[in-house]
Amino acid sequence: MKLAVSDLRAWYGPAQILFDVALDVGPGEVVALLGRNGAGKSTTFKAIVGLVERRGRVAFEGRDLGAAETHAIARAGLGYVPEERRIFTELTVAENLEVGRQAPRPGAPTWEPETLYRLFPNLSEMRNRPGGRMSGGEQQMLTIARTLMGNPSLVLLDEPSEGLAPKIVEEMATAILAMKREGLSLLISEQNLHFAKLISDRAVILERGRVRFAGTMAELEADETVRDSFLAM
Amino acid sequence: MDFLVVQFLTGLAGASSLFLVASGLSIIFGVTRIVNFAHGAFYMLGAYAAYSLTERWEGALGFWGGIVAAAIGVAAVGALVEVTLLRRIYRAPELFQLLATFGVTLVVQDLSIILWGPEDLVGRRAPGFRSSISILGQQVPSYDLFLIALGPLVLGLIWLLFHRTRFGVLVRAATQDRDMVAALGVNQRWLFTGVFALGVFLAALGGALQLPRDAVSHTMDLRIIVEVFVVVVIGGLGSVAGAYVAALIVAELNAFGILVLPQVSLVLVFAVMAIVLVVRPYGLFGRPEGPPRTGTAGLIRPWRPFSGGERIAVAVGLVAAAALPLVGGSYLLSVGAEIAIFCLFAASLQLLMSAGGIASFGHAAYFGLGSYGAALAAKTLGWPLPAALAAGAALGTAGAALFGWFCVRLSGVYFAMLTLAFAQIAWSIAFQWTSVTGGDNGILGIWPPPWAGSPAAFYWIALALAAGGIAALRVIAFSPFGYALRAVRDSALKAEAVGISRRAVQWTAFVVAGGFAALAGALFAYLKGSVFPDNLAIPLSVDGLVMVLLGGVETVTGAVVGAVLFRALTIVLMSYTDYSKLVLGLLVVVLVVAFPKGVVGSLQGLRPPWRRAAAPPVAVPAR
Ligand SMILES: Nc1ncnc2c1ncn2[C@@H]1O[C@H](COP(=O)(O)OP(=O)(O)O)[C@@H](O)[C@H]1O
Ligand SMILES: [Mg+2]
Repeated sequence: MKLAVSDLRAWYGPAQILFDVALDVGPGEVVALLGRNGAGKSTTFKAIVGLVERRGRVAFEGRDLGAAETHAIARAGLGYVPEERRIFTELTVAENLEVGRQAPRPGAPTWEPETLYRLFPNLSEMRNRPGGRMSGGEQQMLTIARTLMGNPSLVLLDEPSEGLAPKIVEEMATAILAMKREGLSLLISEQNLHFAKLISDRAVILERGRVRFAGTMAELEADETVRDSFLAM
Repeated sequence: MDFLVVQFLTGLAGASSLFLVASGLSIIFGVTRIVNFAHGAFYMLGAYAAYSLTERWEGALGFWGGIVAAAIGVAAVGALVEVTLLRRIYRAPELFQLLATFGVTLVVQDLSIILWGPEDLVGRRAPGFRSSISILGQQVPSYDLFLIALGPLVLGLIWLLFHRTRFGVLVRAATQDRDMVAALGVNQRWLFTGVFALGVFLAALGGALQLPRDAVSHTMDLRIIVEVFVVVVIGGLGSVAGAYVAALIVAELNAFGILVLPQVSLVLVFAVMAIVLVVRPYGLFGRPEGPPRTGTAGLIRPWRPFSGGERIAVAVGLVAAAALPLVGGSYLLSVGAEIAIFCLFAASLQLLMSAGGIASFGHAAYFGLGSYGAALAAKTLGWPLPAALAAGAALGTAGAALFGWFCVRLSGVYFAMLTLAFAQIAWSIAFQWTSVTGGDNGILGIWPPPWAGSPAAFYWIALALAAGGIAALRVIAFSPFGYALRAVRDSALKAEAVGISRRAVQWTAFVVAGGFAALAGALFAYLKGSVFPDNLAIPLSVDGLVMVLLGGVETVTGAVVGAVLFRALTIVLMSYTDYSKLVLGLLVVVLVVAFPKGVVGSLQGLRPPWRRAAAPPVAVPAR
């Protein structure tokens, strides 16, 4: 397994949000993390990268990162694209990419600004524009590109299609499939089942901080009760 | 006219050092969110180190080599402070960091006296810049022209560093979102250390470059830190360009203020700062701060009134305190009265900090106004003790009402700095309005009437008023008003939604706290028999913060314990060692690291686990 998470618990202050979450992602696999708003998808990602108080096992390429610091987790090759995008608004597109840069990593695809500008052509036209003066879709592409600059072997993508126009969502799906072809493993949180089906091999469903379903997309397709009880209409 | 041009150039030259120090403070704040009080201390160390390197060991490096080496050496000291001290407390509430850096300031003050002696030191002139140049028939020192050119040069170099190097890009990114930078694989530790060292380097360079202009003295640190606070607040915290513009404004105000209004030159600068903050609350180039990182909401232990057992303990404590005259002589009684007075002062500040969640850095202003109010009523108007005490409290309340009206428009660090600025205005009025306040000589001979004059009688009066005041403050904290205040602290948005006006509630708290501080100050005037501008100076404001934090900022009235410990300690230290600041500073640093929740807060943490809220894991991730 590329990533094997088990017994993951997380807290905001005294409030426990995650309860023994377990999931895994194989090499080159795309796994969708599904669930309604507030189910704990974003918190799962933050717990994996150490941005909330958490306990549990996070085995990444066989190493336990369950208590590691955020920057060490990123250095191990685990990339994170947050839901709120968190672009550095004062920095230009090129500078945003520079912040993400890390040395090439054996066993993971290597990215340079030029290859990323090819993957996201919109960005190449605005290299010197401050991140604050970009549209939501452009910002979403920039956050992904910025994380790829770290040459990760697995990327956590938090709701990449959220709030984007249909045309941009399509571009996003193309880009994600391109990343998959390069050999990246991906864990993608989604509320949009249609979009998830387009890109994922397997699905894990969260509800109130607990895993309620884990299986292939085809199994999920067949199981109407699971879809009705845990996913938005 | 020609004279004005020269005065303008003098102002520009003064702006350069101010800019160096202020930009360092701004850069450090931008990334680490620490308001580095020790910045003035590093500035002073830079000047002292430069003196030694250029006077005693000039052969080795030459003058300019000595200046640069001094700044680098002090930057190394700064990095050491960051690694050994600040790193441990980045996750503590902002105030703790301020307190820790204030502890460092105290240590440096005494160390510099030990190392360089108490006398002012006069350095040599800079080689190549010893002459004056004639401009419009007036002589301008060529060194001033060098400094004038240096400001924009450094501004340009900082710009290049921030825009053309990876380090600079990371610093700018971290200024906006530290967590995201960490999630991209950057080890913040070394980034923070690097930024801190850079900021300290700029401060020390600013100090070293003053050597040819000014004598080096051990009061340089507090003088510069106040001006630098003003500069970064006018310019906008975190903005280097803002620091430059604001340094120019402040330096020119200083240069011309002396000509136009010599009596109130100090006031002028602060008045401009107050106006800027009211018009542009985040400074000329600043942006709104993110929500304060204190983030105690939800974690703070629920407050509750004293339980039966605790009431008995408090009553026993009070009776024991009231029995002090049976065992203590007059010295002990005056110490006891002083401690009681400071308990009231600290408790009044705690209402603002704990229930209000707003930290006043100038609370001494209201203490001092109380002192002056009582002294003037007694000396000038001949009022009796009770009336004079009331007059003191009234003057402090009025001052708090006036200053507070401006202050509550801001929040967080800006609030803290504006309160500091107003306190400094009050101080300069007391210092400069000699005809009324006696200036530096103060007002002497304020003694209680015979019925209150014996040490025991005055001690009882002080104890009764302090205990009554503290009890009143506790009642306020648990009253509906206190709940409104805490609601505003926890979420101003939610409180406004249920019809609580943030400004009105915080302003009321400010006035109440000011009034009780003034009562303490009025008592203090009678205890000492005199009033000096020191009664509203910065060190006293900081003492107040120390007492609250020592007691525990998450508690209701832990400040009382903090005040007893701190005041007793200060008094003991003063009598046993010449280096009380050194000991006190080290103690503050150790306490901050060891008891991040304050003494009372930490003791409460020892309560059995089943009485606490469901425990989150101990391990806290790096933020
Ligand atoms: N910063 C926070 N503080 C407290 N509670 C939070 C915070 N962020 C999220 N939560 C709570 O945690 C739960 C899970 O949220 P989240 O992980 O964002 O869900 P999702 O990403 O699936 O929509 C929700 O109940 C939400 O209210
Ligand atoms: Mg989410």
